[in-house]
Amino acid sequence: MQFSESWLRSLCNPLLTSEELCHVLTMAGLEVEECHAASADFSNVVVAEVLSVEKHPDADKLKLCSVNVGESSPLQIVCGAPNVAAGMKVPCARVGARLPGIEIKRAKVRGIESFGMLCSARELGLSDDHGGLLPLGADAVVGEDIRRHLDLDDHLITLKLTPNRADCLSLLGVARELSALTGAPLLAPEVKPVAAVVADTRQVVLDAPQSCSRYCGRIIRGVNARAATPEWMKRRIERSGIRSISFLVDVTNYVMLELGQPLHAFDDAELSGAIHVRYPAPGEQLLLLNEQTVTPSADTALIADDAKPLAMAGIMGGEHSGIGESTRDLFLESAFFPPAAIAGKARALGFSSDASHRYERGVDFELQRKAIERATLLIVDTCGGQPGPVTEAVSVAHLPLRPPVRLRTARAARILGIRLGADRIEAILRALGLTVARQGDDFLVTPPSFRFDIEIEEDLIEEIARVHGYDNIPSQPPIAQMAMMSATEMSRTPMAVRRLVAERDYHEVVTYSFVETAWEADFASNAAPIVLANPIASQMGVMRSSLIGGLVGILVANRKRQTERVRIFEMGRCFYRDAGAGPVAGFAQPLRLAGLAAGPCLPEQWGAPGTRVDFYDVKADVEALFAPRQLEFAKTEHPALHPGRCATVSIDGQAVGVLGELHPRWVQKYELGTAPVIFELELAALLATPFSQYAEVSRFPAVIRDLALVVPQNQTLAPLLAGLRSSAPAIVRDVALFDVYQGKGLGENEKSLAFRIVMQDTQRTLEDAEVDAVIASLLAVAGRDFNASLRG
Amino acid sequence: MDNLDQLVASATSDFAAATEPARLEDAKARYLGKEGSLTALLKGLGKLPAEERKSVGAAINIAKERIESALATRRDALKSAQLEAQLATEALDVTLPGRGLPRGSLHPVTISLDRIEQLFRSIGFEVADGPEIETDWHNFTALNTPENHPARSMHDTFYLLGDDGLVHDDVLLRTHTSPVQIRAMLAHTERHKDLETMSELRVICPGRVYRVDSDATHSPMFHQVEGLWVGTSVSFADLKGVVADFLRRYFESDDLKVRFRPSFFPFTEPSAEIDVAFMSGSLEGRWLEIAGCGMVHPNVLRCGGFDPEKYTGFAFGMGPDRLTMLRYGINDLRLFFEGDLRFLAQFH
Repeated sequence: MQFSESWLRSLCNPLLTSEELCHVLTMAGLEVEECHAASADFSNVVVAEVLSVEKHPDADKLKLCSVNVGESSPLQIVCGAPNVAAGMKVPCARVGARLPGIEIKRAKVRGIESFGMLCSARELGLSDDHGGLLPLGADAVVGEDIRRHLDLDDHLITLKLTPNRADCLSLLGVARELSALTGAPLLAPEVKPVAAVVADTRQVVLDAPQSCSRYCGRIIRGVNARAATPEWMKRRIERSGIRSISFLVDVTNYVMLELGQPLHAFDDAELSGAIHVRYPAPGEQLLLLNEQTVTPSADTALIADDAKPLAMAGIMGGEHSGIGESTRDLFLESAFFPPAAIAGKARALGFSSDASHRYERGVDFELQRKAIERATLLIVDTCGGQPGPVTEAVSVAHLPLRPPVRLRTARAARILGIRLGADRIEAILRALGLTVARQGDDFLVTPPSFRFDIEIEEDLIEEIARVHGYDNIPSQPPIAQMAMMSATEMSRTPMAVRRLVAERDYHEVVTYSFVETAWEADFASNAAPIVLANPIASQMGVMRSSLIGGLVGILVANRKRQTERVRIFEMGRCFYRDAGAGPVAGFAQPLRLAGLAAGPCLPEQWGAPGTRVDFYDVKADVEALFAPRQLEFAKTEHPALHPGRCATVSIDGQAVGVLGELHPRWVQKYELGTAPVIFELELAALLATPFSQYAEVSRFPAVIRDLALVVPQNQTLAPLLAGLRSSAPAIVRDVALFDVYQGKGLGENEKSLAFRIVMQDTQRTLEDAEVDAVIASLLAVAGRDFNASLRG
Repeated sequence: MDNLDQLVASATSDFAAATEPARLEDAKARYLGKEGSLTALLKGLGKLPAEERKSVGAAINIAKERIESALATRRDALKSAQLEAQLATEALDVTLPGRGLPRGSLHPVTISLDRIEQLFRSIGFEVADGPEIETDWHNFTALNTPENHPARSMHDTFYLLGDDGLVHDDVLLRTHTSPVQIRAMLAHTERHKDLETMSELRVICPGRVYRVDSDATHSPMFHQVEGLWVGTSVSFADLKGVVADFLRRYFESDDLKVRFRPSFFPFTEPSAEIDVAFMSGSLEGRWLEIAGCGMVHPNVLRCGGFDPEKYTGFAFGMGPDRLTMLRYGINDLRLFFEGDLRFLAQFH
């Protein structure tokens, strides 16, 4: 909502500067988004009359003018404008005037003295028009300051209105609010009925009363459709951001801006019979003013005559029934369409109109007759015509209700946290134009027809707070019940996990939850991902079921920026369909943690080998994240990962993620050069932490023995280690792998795994014989179950 | 006796002349060894008359002790010198960088979210979480957002296609974290349904939210933190107190100006926008919109299982992305989602 400050002040003029006025509006919930001067700053420019024009003796395009600026003797001014003519009134910048960019001095132009400058609109910074001098009206008073004459000390104010304040979509509405806020009187325009001169009417039939409960119509015969819009009206609507088109169009816009009532003018010659407000016949079409042909939905009301549809009620007029330069007779419409009948309709067709914007938020349902009288008066004043009587059709049963709302002073105090007296509350409510019946400290409040946002007690409490001023409610440290929060040792926060990952030199990234369809196919083998109905771009079309794609995407981006070593992680949700999942039925949305490491193990540094990160480096990271819990890793296949270098990560037999090297196919497709190692883990598993278990610490010496076993090349460690551990007697505290060897001294298909075995008892020192027996038994198990032999 | 003094002086000087341990041991042998001159004097004692033997013996012993002491001193000196020489050769360039793995970084918005959580935890707020694919009921209906509200249109909200290829309008990508309010209220009222008066509910809900919007200042995915406090005596003055306190702590700026200005949200009444103005820096004195808030609408309380006559509450929602940008002076929202390591590594 944009408007001119001076127009507002003509309706309510508090003793406030422009800045203060904007502040008052903003702090009452009518946010002033912008306020800027109507024109650039300049001075010493007056209305002048050109008395005579002669040719400049030495220049073809220049003229010598004698100009009356309201002083005893005229000024001589040299002027080059093509439209300068004797008798016209124009702005004249006098010697000493400062215009945007120039200062006017006494000058000699081609040998002739000039005492000022006649100005174009552009020279005054009013528009880009520099085709000639800015012509002023014949009634302009010579010598008057041009800023006053054109009301240039005005400001253009733009309000960012919230959708509940439809009542402020007019100058009258803003003025009413300003009056309530400041106490300055409201100077509403007096609207008197214009008596009918002709008897012509059109019958109005409300066939769809739930979509139109009041309709006022009036014929005005014999108007001059070519009449010029008065300067003051043109200025006001243009400063409200609406282009001046023709007087008849301008006047409907003017009344809409002034009072908030959208009007529509039909060319009466195009109408036949009665006016009907009805729903469309199946398939019925209408060509709108914006040249769009629409097939309105069954619940969209149309304005129609006996023969055809004319307009989409409250949204936009039809192309064929509108007014034009040849219009002689008007049919003026001023109607009330309830918000529910209009809401969403224009948007569904892909546009918005000033009328639909107002109707879907709520237009005063008592305003229609007043608005049509106001428009009639303005029309008759400017372009003549003979008005007929107003026809009003109303369905009272379908007009909005304004049931009284109960307000308790005590409740207001409880919600706001300050005590406002009942008298103060009553004064605020009355200032806002609400009808108040007081019962002790409580009230029954009836909202006016222009307020669509007062239905419950809290709505009134907000009104009170707004007018009293949010600033005048103290910021209060709250008083609350104290209760300690639980702090379990059995879980940690996602933040703690993030820190742990960052400690291992991973950088956290945040990537979009919607990804390219190809990523889902490549990295998750997901041929049927969850598809967005209205994605913002095709490469953000589906919900991710894995975090891997996003990390690979970031790797690609960083490689393009020549960053070789990339270690990143993300914690976020993944999405896939699962009939049994909740809390939103059918959609599993687990939180996961995924990481990616590529490039050298360590940043380039002295004295450290430049080895590239491999499976086992990242495996150590994964193990550290879960420590002290023991993980199990088993060979697996995963669409994103190298089939020979990929493992499921399990804990207590439960799979909680995967770890592996990116599949060479994707390394090639995404032009990565070398393969990153990636892990993706369920966050829920990472959040669980074991309660610490105490075991007695032995005071007796430990015995350490090494056992090197030769096993077949394809023997994996985990079952062998598990076999040794499970068969070891109680005195064995630990069995750990410390070396893997292949090569010289062993057969081609053999390798050696060396274990360190730590034995200790809490009650006594171990004897050699029992230690030897333990080693022998472990060797026997390894031989029997794993075809292992002692390395010679 | 003079020759004893001479002997001591000579030994001391010989020891001093020895610059290596082996030479020192040679010198020692010359005086104290089997063939040494002092040993020879001791051996000669037996030839002296008995009455002289005692005094001469004592004098020789004193000389011997003096020589041994000189020897020990010299040994220590040589050892120290040797150690010093060794230490000198072992000296490192302590200015060379340390080896090993550096630390990674946390996303700047994560850092903000963590601080926000800590600040609210310090006054008894718990942290709640909710789904990002959300039901229409939780995201809109329960939040008093009527059927035709502009926020529900395709224009702002991401919807999903069903298996049948049709738009499913009963689920959506949540457009704000407010639905977690509803889930938290329902869980709370269910847990306390047998109590005459329920304990207070204080909760914040951080998370990702989605809107169909993308330019330099809007991202189709961004973060929000919702806050909710419901109790039997929670007022707008409390809301102002808590939020203003939070903003000053978050920005570590006691002179931060905070103002509340009337606004409109379907789920709060009265509602307010919160603006802040810094007293220094490049944004000095400018009001910046930072959050929305208000008293929880009675319809929303009812949907959460609270009787609005008995309980009141406030809620607020803020954008941690914007808070983070203001806090660190970051000028482009898109940097948060591009994963440029040169950007990310600056936050810790």
